Amino acid sequence: MTTLPEPPPAAEPEASSKHVLRLYVTGSTPRSTRAIDNLRRVLESELPDSYDLEVIDVYEHPEAAAEHQILAAPTLIKVFPEPVRRIIGDLSDTERVLRGLDLRARDGRADGGK
Amino acid sequence: MTIHTKAMAAQLLKAPSGVAGLDEITFGGLPAGRPTLIAGAAGCGKTLFALTFLVKGATEHGEPGVLMSFEERAQDLVENVSSLGYDLPGLIAENRLIIDYVRVERSEIEQSGEYDLEALFIRLGHAIDKIGAKRVVLDTLEALFSGLGDGPVLRAELRRLFQWLKDRGVTAMITAERGAEGQLTRHGLEEYVSDCVIALDNRVEEQITTRRLRVMKYRGSAHGTNEYPFLIDQGGISVLPVTSAGLSHSISDEVVSSGIGGIDAMLGIGGFYRGSSVLLSGPSGTGKTTFGSQFVNAACVAGQKAIYFSFEESPEQIVRNMQSVGLDLGAHVASGLLRFESARPSLFGLEMHLVLMIRQIEAFNPAVVVVDPISAFRGSESEIHATLLRLVDYLKVKGITGVFNNLISADHHDRNDQSLSSLMDVWIGLHDLQANGERNRGLFVLKARGMSHSNQIREYLLGSGGVTLIEPYIGPHGVMTGSARIVQEAQEEAAALERLDEVNRRHREFVQKRNAAERQIAETREALEREEAELLALETVDERKEEALTASRFAAATRRGSSL
Repeated sequence: MTTLPEPPPAAEPEASSKHVLRLYVTGSTPRSTRAIDNLRRVLESELPDSYDLEVIDVYEHPEAAAEHQILAAPTLIKVFPEPVRRIIGDLSDTERVLRGLDLRARDGRADGGK
Repeated sequence: MTIHTKAMAAQLLKAPSGVAGLDEITFGGLPAGRPTLIAGAAGCGKTLFALTFLVKGATEHGEPGVLMSFEERAQDLVENVSSLGYDLPGLIAENRLIIDYVRVERSEIEQSGEYDLEALFIRLGHAIDKIGAKRVVLDTLEALFSGLGDGPVLRAELRRLFQWLKDRGVTAMITAERGAEGQLTRHGLEEYVSDCVIALDNRVEEQITTRRLRVMKYRGSAHGTNEYPFLIDQGGISVLPVTSAGLSHSISDEVVSSGIGGIDAMLGIGGFYRGSSVLLSGPSGTGKTTFGSQFVNAACVAGQKAIYFSFEESPEQIVRNMQSVGLDLGAHVASGLLRFESARPSLFGLEMHLVLMIRQIEAFNPAVVVVDPISAFRGSESEIHATLLRLVDYLKVKGITGVFNNLISADHHDRNDQSLSSLMDVWIGLHDLQANGERNRGLFVLKARGMSHSNQIREYLLGSGGVTLIEPYIGPHGVMTGSARIVQEAQEEAAALERLDEVNRRHREFVQKRNAAERQIAETREALEREEAELLALETVDERKEEALTASRFAAATRRGSSL
């Protein structure tokens, strides 16, 4: 796996389409606000202009919580590209956010590759 | 007990659990508006327990419910309980039930920073509001620990969840996995749910599985503290509280015939009291099944319904065999008055048998039942005793007269029999009476509560007319049966004849003696007469001699010439 050239799989879909992300928050609590700010910061630096983010307030759309299996708040779901991933928390740990969005390899090898 | 129950009910609002029998243990149900923890190992029936709570709540108590399932998908749940007759899709369509499957997959979840479970609360709250749910089940929260990790956040959120449930005023049931040795639940959920804790258990004893339930805690309420067996079968869940029936049943003065005239005559009231339990114990071959059959036959002839629970013979076999004693049980089966229920005793555990019996009785509503034999049940003595106690209590409450056959060893009373005695109102013992190279059958009434009864051992015959009691023969050495009785009777007859002969002989002797005496008297008299006659003769001779002497003296004087 390490011998595989890194850019091609990531570059191809990115070129054709944007990251689709949904962030589920609970009202405008400090934690919700923090999550939104943290996420925007990461996205602006890693995927400038190539993401599609929808922020959903579970209070206003409670049915969406069941529909999309939301349990914790805040929850970020990466809908596209596959695989679907969930990141829970206020997204203050940037490394984990990047890993969850598959923008960094897992198991800490992200730092080595950079 | 009833007064106590009412007092408790007034103090604490309770929600019927929907699980048959559990409400009797908890004196009314689960704490209404508060959470209850159901703890048990895998396969104990936790989910089914919880679903029963919801389904019965929706269908029988007008309380819609929400099931938040963390383990099984809605579709799986629907399929799993359809065999129990729970129509989950129907309830969902009628807005009486919501199943929300919460998927928690650790591999999909990345954690970054602080979070809470507010979304879960919103989700649950939304479901509750949507159908006006009064009941909530969380099955099982353990999944959260594996999905989110056991951390302070989860712990704090769970604490908040239970408080939230209370604030919402829903009656909640939370299931939890049984923990390792000494721990009630794996993650210590009992720490949060302190109102009511019920532990489920599944044990295998003598290759028969028995599920048991125990109310470990019930804040603010009295509750049964024993372990109660419970069952899961086509009819759902049934808990069998041993003492649920109690001794508060009404009693009857009505008399039910035993079906055997001779036995009715031995009992002071001419039969059994309705609703009484009769123990019929005897070694094999004493005709227990025949007695039982005659009992149900009598009931059916009187137009009453009867159930014959047979654990050793098939119904066909009993019907056939009873024809030999002149009973046409097949006709009663055909007319719908008699029902046979046969099952191998080893097929189910004791509790299962009990519940099946009670279900049959509920469905058929008979006036009399026969259980043949109770000795077929497998299990520890105390368990059998407890099971029978429940059955006896149940029958009493229902006013059903029950005859329980019990096979005992030929050396008469088993300990088992003795311990059963306290449950029974009437106890009839059947015995082998072996003497003089033959085996006869005798019966006697060991006890009959509330009635005078014969104390005799009565011989009986099993013949084409059924059971016939023979008039008792009581000789100088006790009751005699069979040929001994016949011999004794002959001997007595001979003795009587002998006595008669003796009298006759003595009479003859006396007559002879008297005749002899009379002869003697006659002879003596004759002798006296003879003597008298002789004496008389002698006297005559003397007179003649005197005369002659006088005459001679005169002649002599004359001859001498003297003058006289």
